[in-house]
Amino acid sequence: MTGRVLVPSAIVRRRDTDASLGIAIALMIAFFVVAPFFVYPIFLMKALCFALFACAFNLLIGYVGLASFGHALFFGWASYFTAYAAKTWGWPPEAAIILGMIGAAVLGAIAGVLAIRRQGIYFAMITLALAQMMYFFALEAKFTGGEDGIQGVPRGRLFGFFDLSHEMTMYAFVMVVVVAGILFIYRVVNSPFGEVLKAIRENEQRCVSLGFRTERYKLVAFVLSATLAGLAGSMKALVFQLASLTDVHWTMSGDVLLMTLLGGLGTMLGPVVGAFAVVGMQNYLAPFGQWVLVIQGAIFVVCVLLFRRGIVGELAHLLRVRL
Amino acid sequence: MFEIFGIPSQALFGQLLLGLINGSFYALLSLGLAVIFGMLNIINFTHGAQYMMGAFAAYLLLQYAGINYWAALVVAPILIGLTGIVIERLFLVHLRKLDPLYGLLLTFGLALIIEGLFRNYFGSSGLPYQAPDALRGGRNLGFMFLPNYRGWVIVLSLAVCFATWFGIERTRLGSYLRAATENPVLVRAFGINVPRMVTLTYGFGVGLAALAGVMAAPIYNVSPQMGSDLIIVVFAVVVIGGMGSIMGAIVTGFALGIVEGLTKVFYPEASNTVIFVIMAIVLLVRPAGLFGRTA
Repeated sequence: MTGRVLVPSAIVRRRDTDASLGIAIALMIAFFVVAPFFVYPIFLMKALCFALFACAFNLLIGYVGLASFGHALFFGWASYFTAYAAKTWGWPPEAAIILGMIGAAVLGAIAGVLAIRRQGIYFAMITLALAQMMYFFALEAKFTGGEDGIQGVPRGRLFGFFDLSHEMTMYAFVMVVVVAGILFIYRVVNSPFGEVLKAIRENEQRCVSLGFRTERYKLVAFVLSATLAGLAGSMKALVFQLASLTDVHWTMSGDVLLMTLLGGLGTMLGPVVGAFAVVGMQNYLAPFGQWVLVIQGAIFVVCVLLFRRGIVGELAHLLRVRL
Repeated sequence: MFEIFGIPSQALFGQLLLGLINGSFYALLSLGLAVIFGMLNIINFTHGAQYMMGAFAAYLLLQYAGINYWAALVVAPILIGLTGIVIERLFLVHLRKLDPLYGLLLTFGLALIIEGLFRNYFGSSGLPYQAPDALRGGRNLGFMFLPNYRGWVIVLSLAVCFATWFGIERTRLGSYLRAATENPVLVRAFGINVPRMVTLTYGFGVGLAALAGVMAAPIYNVSPQMGSDLIIVVFAVVVIGGMGSIMGAIVTGFALGIVEGLTKVFYPEASNTVIFVIMAIVLLVRPAGLFGRTA
């Protein structure tokens, strides 16, 4: 039995509304291409990395209904792996990034096996606890540099040819990777596999009774999400030439949750919009210190009480399209 | 002086005592979480912030109102419990029909707001709070030195935990509570005001967190971030114990505190992570938790 039998309506509906999503993705790419001529590339690169991070996170919370509170684990540790390989071993950036992704995938498989044994709220608490455990490892392990982190990571030459220390070259690289990551997620979500994921979100018991080994689907989705979050973390390590404790702390898991919730859970482009909004806000409010925390908390409260579809979700609802 | 497994008994019992203290706080906090979860089906992420508010309430009451520790033990939980009731009426009441996930997100947001506000006004460094005169000093038990205040914390938290267990499992009011957890519609049909009971339950759970905060104030410094790291450990405790049973929350809390203390003696590097490792093992062996009823 395949996913098609389970949710035929979703597949039929997809043909009608895909055009709007295609246009939206094209607009997004056009924005990414034009933006560095108007805004600081370093800010855009940060936002792009977080956009990919949030999209990877959304693959899990938005399409499988699994709320992870510990995604900083994969983001942060991948950035440590990449930073260490690039700095200490002198690996080229592409190899360092792949190492980060493999590391994140392995961590994702371990954390996933443990976390999917429980549902709902317990899943959130387990992922949070596992991430906190790995935070303490990062704090005490030698190779992470503890409080100092790994600083001065060389960006290197991509494929031995493109010099990434040049800001615009780095930007182009980040943009291509992030867009490819988002398109990959789009492909996963709209595959028969993705239809099963959405079916699990809607009614897991029913999927089990239809013969799906739901725990396998959930585990694969978890590992995919962790790997892509790792890709985002690896890119961030190269962009800022730094891997630090901030990236593995639970506040980072909270940030990505906020981006996804604000942009719109279960929408393709919501996390991108949310990431730009949150990163922009953190940038502009940085001088106000702890007020950032208060405002972020307030956004959580407002989103949950009044605005559960998020920015893109509301927009899609108004225009009656799928974004 | 004698030695056990090559460890001086002073060090061993000292760490065991510290473990019991931590265990007292784990037990009080996971008890509050379990009580709230039972009635509201919400994991109260604000719990750590409310524990911190309890400690600050004790500090501020002493600084500005001259209210001492003993009165603060009663006044602070009531005050913070009232803020909990306001939170329940303003926010949580709207989440009844939603996925429990939204409760987690909302209370997480509230925790950020509270911690941010306290950091704005009090900075990030800790503020000292003196133990009351009657509990200063300590006594020599022969095999170890017991600071009076620490002994008091263990005795008080055991008493509070027992009273809560007794109240819920052995009294008429508790039987209403348990019935409302099972089937709120039917209990309402019997003429019991379930929404009010839910509100008061949340206030009570928050009050427990605040009480733990007051008790913690003389041991740890009073600081805005004292709750956020603790609450994550308490979540792990809750996963290990399972939230089905009140007694389970209490026993798991104390037991894990002791395990943590022992780890500090025998393998200090792992003392921060041992509870999380135990959580992982429990998930592999008994996914529902040690005292959990539903899988």
